[in-house]
Amino acid sequence: MTNPSSTPAIRFNQVSRHFGEVKAVDQLDLEVIDGEFFAMLGPSGSGKTTCLRMIAGFDRPTSGSIYLYGQDVSNLPPYERSVNTVFQDYALFPHMNVGDNIAYGLMIKKVPKDERTKRVDEMLDLVQLKGFALRKPSQLSGGQRQRVALARALINHPKVLLLDEPLGALDLKLRQQMQVELKAIQKRVGITFIFVTHDQEEAITMSDRIAVFNQGKIEQIGTPAEIYERPASAFVAGFVGTSNLVSGEVAKRVTGSDQTFSIRPEKIHLGTSNEATPAGMVSLDGVVRDVIYLGLYTRYLVEVAGGIDLVVVEQNLKTTSMDVLSIKGQKVKLHWHKDHISRVGA
Amino acid sequence: MLTRLSTYFYQRPRLVLFLFLAPPLLYLLVVYLGSLFLLLINSFYSIDDFTGLIIREFTLKTYAQIFEPANREIFARTASMAFVVTIASAIISFPLAYYIAKYASPRLKTWLLIGVTIPLWSSYLVRVYSWKLILAQEGILSWFIRLFGLEGVLQWLLSFEGIGGSSLALSPIGMFIVFVYIWLPYMIIPVQTALERVPNSLIEASGDLGAKPLQTFRTVILPMAFPGVIAGSIFTFSLTLGDFIIPLAIGNSKFFIGQAVYSYQGTAGNIPLAAAMTMGPVVIMIIYLLIARRLGAFDAL
Amino acid sequence: MHSKKAPLGLTIAAIGTLLFLHVPMLIIFLYTFTPDETTYTFPLPGFTTKWFGVALQRADLWRSLILSLQVATVATIAALILGTLAAAAVYRSNFFGRESISFLLVLPIALPGIVSGIALRTAIGGFDIPFSFWTIVIGHATFCVVVVYNNVLARFRRTSASMIEASMDLGANSFQTFRHVVLPNIATALLAGGMLAFALSFDEVIVTTFTAGQQTTLPIWIFSQLNRPRDRPVTNVVATFVILITFIPIFLAQRISASSSDTEGENK
Repeated sequence: MTNPSSTPAIRFNQVSRHFGEVKAVDQLDLEVIDGEFFAMLGPSGSGKTTCLRMIAGFDRPTSGSIYLYGQDVSNLPPYERSVNTVFQDYALFPHMNVGDNIAYGLMIKKVPKDERTKRVDEMLDLVQLKGFALRKPSQLSGGQRQRVALARALINHPKVLLLDEPLGALDLKLRQQMQVELKAIQKRVGITFIFVTHDQEEAITMSDRIAVFNQGKIEQIGTPAEIYERPASAFVAGFVGTSNLVSGEVAKRVTGSDQTFSIRPEKIHLGTSNEATPAGMVSLDGVVRDVIYLGLYTRYLVEVAGGIDLVVVEQNLKTTSMDVLSIKGQKVKLHWHKDHISRVGA
Repeated sequence: MLTRLSTYFYQRPRLVLFLFLAPPLLYLLVVYLGSLFLLLINSFYSIDDFTGLIIREFTLKTYAQIFEPANREIFARTASMAFVVTIASAIISFPLAYYIAKYASPRLKTWLLIGVTIPLWSSYLVRVYSWKLILAQEGILSWFIRLFGLEGVLQWLLSFEGIGGSSLALSPIGMFIVFVYIWLPYMIIPVQTALERVPNSLIEASGDLGAKPLQTFRTVILPMAFPGVIAGSIFTFSLTLGDFIIPLAIGNSKFFIGQAVYSYQGTAGNIPLAAAMTMGPVVIMIIYLLIARRLGAFDAL
Repeated sequence: MHSKKAPLGLTIAAIGTLLFLHVPMLIIFLYTFTPDETTYTFPLPGFTTKWFGVALQRADLWRSLILSLQVATVATIAALILGTLAAAAVYRSNFFGRESISFLLVLPIALPGIVSGIALRTAIGGFDIPFSFWTIVIGHATFCVVVVYNNVLARFRRTSASMIEASMDLGANSFQTFRHVVLPNIATALLAGGMLAFALSFDEVIVTTFTAGQQTTLPIWIFSQLNRPRDRPVTNVVATFVILITFIPIFLAQRISASSSDTEGENK
């Protein structure tokens, strides 16, 4: 996937954006590879949306530079960058019908009318809205508006497409469907997609690479698997999926060092207290404090010696609710594979 | 070409803001606030009694004139009229405001609101004029009074010192009616807005708890509509305070503030005294606005 | 929603209030047909339509009407430009003193008209500015600006902020964005604000008496009749005309505002 010889689609060089005292983005370096589906993940206020707005040109860096395929675009207005955006609220023009909305970019470029019509039809085809050209945006459902917004951006063949929380306003079912569809469309058009989300599941499902934002900085960049399996910091471990953080005395007992490490709940095996520790595994004794039966799986809260609570998740492959609930209060032994822990620093 | 200009502006957002703000701000600051400031300055000047020229020297002499009995009386007369008009407007506004807020269908509501806002925006002068016709001695109201044989009642009302006069058109009672008529829409709208915010469930709950309709009105509806009444009273009070058309057209020859200002600056050419007189309503309104804000009226605006 | 019927007493009182607000204007209309030149006798002693013809022949009325129309037109144009600029600035940027702007703009209609009038009169006198068409226009524009400002700002706040960004994102520069996106979206607000401003200026009398000098706008003409009635029947005709000429734009402006907030509701 990575081709080091090609110019990055987007490159941030020491980019900062300050709003008064607030450092929304703080000396950020970032490269987005040509043709990838890139996610900017983080809680609200982490600087991800500001980064997106700076790529689009709605906002300008306080310092540092942004390059689009090698060209410094830091001070170029939005209409002079080959970048298009799908807005969170879609921002469709209410006074124009769907066809005119999609054709807007071409109309501004003074593309002849019949070519516009042809390309609008192609786009409507791509987003599966054939025959909707004459509707007004107010007559569309949320999902349909989203598709129009996508078509309106893609018709201009941008070098990079930006998506700002594109699925945030849709209900769960539609969101899952659109995730698949967006991914498919990206593969077909071959354009670099950068999308902003606070939903870690969405980021993991759709993207080739993820940048996890926190307080104006990037905590980690990597493939979804890398981010999930090897979180580089306590923040990433906590924000992407749930994670147990172990530090101090207990950590020392397990790893020989008091450096904090993280372990995912599903990687922990819940065994009986007299079970032997298999080879290559580490183990801890504990007491089950709480059991939450969730149908597909069960979540256990286990207190280990040293006063730390660990969350353990096990699928209900053979057990029933009766079985799992009876474990509450019993002594257990937890064990997991040595390789499944990630050191996350202080 | 335009694109380059547009880019030039894009890179200078502060300049764009300045270009947007400068014309309206300059206009209002220079023309309007400038004039108000000049008015304030002039109120500290005085006029030479012999030459009738303005003496541009700081003095409190002109303000002292305001407290002469004749002028004090003008203030008292105007303020009491403003007060009575405000109370009456508040009472009269209620049924219609309540009907619009709680009973009218959405369609009817739109039309009723248009019916209230049109007199609010339009033809102030013509609306005053209409009462000249109605209140005339030989006019339509007298005709109705005679029709119902109520001349005695009218005579009795007009015989009161201070509010009466030779006829309705020449009496404070007549002025009062016209003031209420003219400013009523300014009261109906905020009261209606406030009533709109009283949840129906609250009214029903009160009834459910055994309150009679009148009790519900007194204990639930009235307190919640009160900010609206205060908001409306800002208009009715302020507008009555500064008006000089109605006292000139209807009513007796006793001066109101507006009339006094009008005649001081006009025939007498005494701008300092007119300016000082105007500061009266301004100060009263500032105090009124401060009280109104404490009572939460601005939320209802 | 409210399936309950209103109590009879309330309905009657509401209708009564509505009649109180509107019947007086109809009475002027009635009096345009009176043959009685010197009093306001009721019932009318007869019926005539001659006053319409008489009013049409009056050159002084025509001059006043033309002056009023000119003043209202110029004041409205000034208000549209200044009001829209102020609304755009307040909407798009967060700057120091933003709150004071609204306050400053509302001041000319919040203070009693006489305060604005005498203040402008003092300024005109203080700088020895001769009374002219422009002194009237400047006075009117002060209170017309806020009407446009309120309408346009409300519209800006209801339209999606990202629409302008979307347009520029799709390749349109600021001027193209204004033409293709901003203007179509605020057009009805401009229309409504402009019509209200026009109506407000057309029958304004309080500020005008201080800024007009010897000039006679139509309201000033009516005002002079109010003090010393000389042409009663003609005044009735003029008053009816003023009602109509202000009623129409205000009615349309209210309809526009109502219908644009209706469609807003449908979108949600």
